[in-house]
Amino acid sequence: MANALVNVPARARRGEIIEIKTLISHPMETGYRRTQLGARVPRDIIRLFVCTYNGTEVFRAELHPAIAANPFFVFSTVATESGSLAFQWTGDNGFSATETAPITVE
Amino acid sequence: MSGRAPRLLTALSVIVLAGATYAGEIPLAERRSGYDFMSRETRAMQDDDTANPGMLGVLEGGALWARKAGAAGRACADCHGDGRASMKGVAARYPAFDAALKRPVNLEQRINVCRADRQQAPPLAYESRELLALTAFVARQSRGLPIDVAVDARTQPFLDNGRAAFYRRQGQLNLACSQCHDDHWGRKLAGNTIPQAHPTGYPVYRLEWQSLGSLERRLRNCLVGIRAEPYEYGAPELVELELFLMWRARGMAIETAGVRP
Amino acid sequence: MDDHETSRRTFLQAAAAGLGLGAVITVAPAQATPKEMEDAVRKVVGQASVSKGRVKLELPPLSENGNTVPLTVSVESPMTPADHVRAIHVFTELNPQPDVVSFRFGPRAGHARVSTRIRLANTQTVTAIGELSDGSFWSASAAVVVTLAACLEDA
Repeated sequence: MANALVNVPARARRGEIIEIKTLISHPMETGYRRTQLGARVPRDIIRLFVCTYNGTEVFRAELHPAIAANPFFVFSTVATESGSLAFQWTGDNGFSATETAPITVE
Repeated sequence: MSGRAPRLLTALSVIVLAGATYAGEIPLAERRSGYDFMSRETRAMQDDDTANPGMLGVLEGGALWARKAGAAGRACADCHGDGRASMKGVAARYPAFDAALKRPVNLEQRINVCRADRQQAPPLAYESRELLALTAFVARQSRGLPIDVAVDARTQPFLDNGRAAFYRRQGQLNLACSQCHDDHWGRKLAGNTIPQAHPTGYPVYRLEWQSLGSLERRLRNCLVGIRAEPYEYGAPELVELELFLMWRARGMAIETAGVRP
Repeated sequence: MDDHETSRRTFLQAAAAGLGLGAVITVAPAQATPKEMEDAVRKVVGQASVSKGRVKLELPPLSENGNTVPLTVSVESPMTPADHVRAIHVFTELNPQPDVVSFRFGPRAGHARVSTRIRLANTQTVTAIGELSDGSFWSASAAVVVTLAACLEDA
């Protein structure tokens, strides 16, 4: 049950470059921390973030443990047509989350 | 008198007077939120609700608000309706006196009292994700409102206890809260700027914790820092100190969800 | 050594171990080396040479907490099918591992510009490598001073 905040402008002009912000709840456990008894806390991170626009991939990020907890990305894409943007996060231990946001392009 | 005695006396009186002006409250007009001591980047993180990691907790709290719980099968929304309207101003008044328990309770405890009495649900553990989310959701509805805890015959003795704790030296380092937060705010402690310690943004997303956390967690962190025994979550000593800190910050605006380094 | 001394030594060792058991979480684990970062860059760049320039890396010169350091990286480019940025890769020198993130773009990005938040284990230099559609590689670096919280939490 992942928690995500996605910010996409609801409308845009055709050809306009729009800014997208995404924030997802995830501890991004690095795998380098140790408990007080010395045992390693195993790695548990989001490894991949993909944004698709009406099914076509427009942005991708390959994450490593050095991305801060609750991964946050601001990126842009060209508003080409109305439809929806889909955001997919996948990672360790079968982590998978998706969010979608509609967009009207005139 | 002549010779060294008058000069020594002057020196001593200067030191005493200087000590007198340092000790004691920060003048009301000089109070500043921890926000003002942060870097531009950290402030930007707090300012943008779509980028503030604490807002993930608020979002989750909003979902929990609507979820039925306990043997009574009731959601917060069933009694309180839309939290965004009904919870306005609530966090600004906490800790508040609980007539049944005959002592002040903080917001987290109040939520658990509701869960027990109205929902017949077990209490949420302190610092649990759910309790932090609900507290953050409730406190967010007071954003921008001035802190206004009630000081009356019932709360006065607890407030006094909290004040005494704030000015009392404790721990292996033998430090009182006031020594850093009244006397040396704005100066550096090991590379960090010492804030005035006003609880304006709680539950706060602390970068050090990489998660939301309560005021009690922060206070326990400080107590560990001065090598004093940290009280258990929910201990009356912590609630009294919270009450005093909120009173000390009276009139300052709530900022939940604050971001702090 | 007589029995008295041995038992005292054993006691002190046990006491030290006992203290160790209750100690704070290890703060400074493995560290990568500049060589490891170079290898990580090579893996991405192959045999091509990397020129300084065209990439803009924005990081605060001083970070209040290494757990969350805001970073913005961009490459000026028309972002047309013929001339665009294919990817931007970010590396560190002194984190436990050198890779931070790789962003992949196409002409549909509009701008080759991304903001995110990274972790920095200590004061160090961060490097960004931009990969263009013509196969060329460009780089920029920025140094960040990282401070830690004054009082650490035990539990």
